[in-house]
Amino acid sequence: MNPIRKQRLYALIAVLIGSLVATWLVVSALSENMNLFYSPTEIKDAKVDEVTLIRAGGMVKEDSIIKDTRTLNVTFTVTDYQNDLEINYEGILPDLFAENAGVVVRGNLKKDGTFKAIEVLAKHDENYMPPEVAKLINEDL
Amino acid sequence: MGSPPLFYKWSSKILPWLSIVSILILGVGLYWGMFYAPTDYKQGDVYRILFIHVPSAILGQSIFMFMAICGFINMIWRAKISGMMLKSAAPIGASFTLLALVTGSIWGKPTWGTWWVWDARLTSTLILFFIYAALIGLHSTIEDKTKADRAVSILSIVGIAIIPVIKKSVDWWQTLHQPSTFTITSSPSMSPDMYQPLLICVIGFYLFFALLLTLNLRNEVLEREKNKNWVRQLFGGLS
Repeated sequence: MNPIRKQRLYALIAVLIGSLVATWLVVSALSENMNLFYSPTEIKDAKVDEVTLIRAGGMVKEDSIIKDTRTLNVTFTVTDYQNDLEINYEGILPDLFAENAGVVVRGNLKKDGTFKAIEVLAKHDENYMPPEVAKLINEDL
Repeated sequence: MGSPPLFYKWSSKILPWLSIVSILILGVGLYWGMFYAPTDYKQGDVYRILFIHVPSAILGQSIFMFMAICGFINMIWRAKISGMMLKSAAPIGASFTLLALVTGSIWGKPTWGTWWVWDARLTSTLILFFIYAALIGLHSTIEDKTKADRAVSILSIVGIAIIPVIKKSVDWWQTLHQPSTFTITSSPSMSPDMYQPLLICVIGFYLFFALLLTLNLRNEVLEREKNKNWVRQLFGGLS
């Protein structure tokens, strides 16, 4: 490689490293703030007032979904397997909402420690399989 | 292949084959995915959108890496064709990224319950789209094509830092978007009769990109070399 090209190569590598370092700094500065939601454990320790909108996320606890038969009110518990958070919601739930499935809710934390959600989003996991396979896996368990 | 006339001649030969093979593989992959792959146990048929969503997202990122490599070559060796390649690839990459965003949004509504959420994966992909837009815009603002190529080369090398952020966003932060189904360390968490058509789709998309790039690049070559003798001779003009 001739000297001029070598020089250009060094300059470009410097640009590349500079860009990567800058991005890394931004990423590490954002760190926690880029999280979409808080876990029940984080919410338990946090001091949040009743008007601030926050997102909470975790797994829907088994046998915790209580649907009101006359209204769209629903109560369920979100867990991160360490702490639980009781969610109250009025509205239509997404199709993938189920027990033992991930969920992200947006709303306010009430004084009594329950969560009043205005939006419920289902979180999909990375598993894809046909129904027959899913059935087989469930039988194995 | 480095010189424009040579590329033009060589690509004329390869173009019919590339068209047939890419359309064929893309067709087989999509048809297999849409009609023969089994239904998902949880999502039903909605999941089939991934046969378009996943390849377009992969291509959106791959094309950016390809552009950064072209940028490197363009800056160090000043090969004419690398600059043209950079310019021709940008709109294709932008289109694939947009397609990934749109199909993801359409999938998100029935599965998550929302069209859009500002989580790390979605936001970083949107930034990638904006960088593509910036590259296209930057190139068209500079009159001198050689200078435009160099400016875009530098920007594409700077912009490459977004790619690892997109890739790792689902691991670094809590996001609504699910983590990767395919990883190097473990077997894919998707059944084989689903990832086989997906793999065909990905290969089809790559070939389709090669086809689009060749078509774009041929136009770019002709446009930039229109006053050269070889172009005039090719189209029967006076030399």
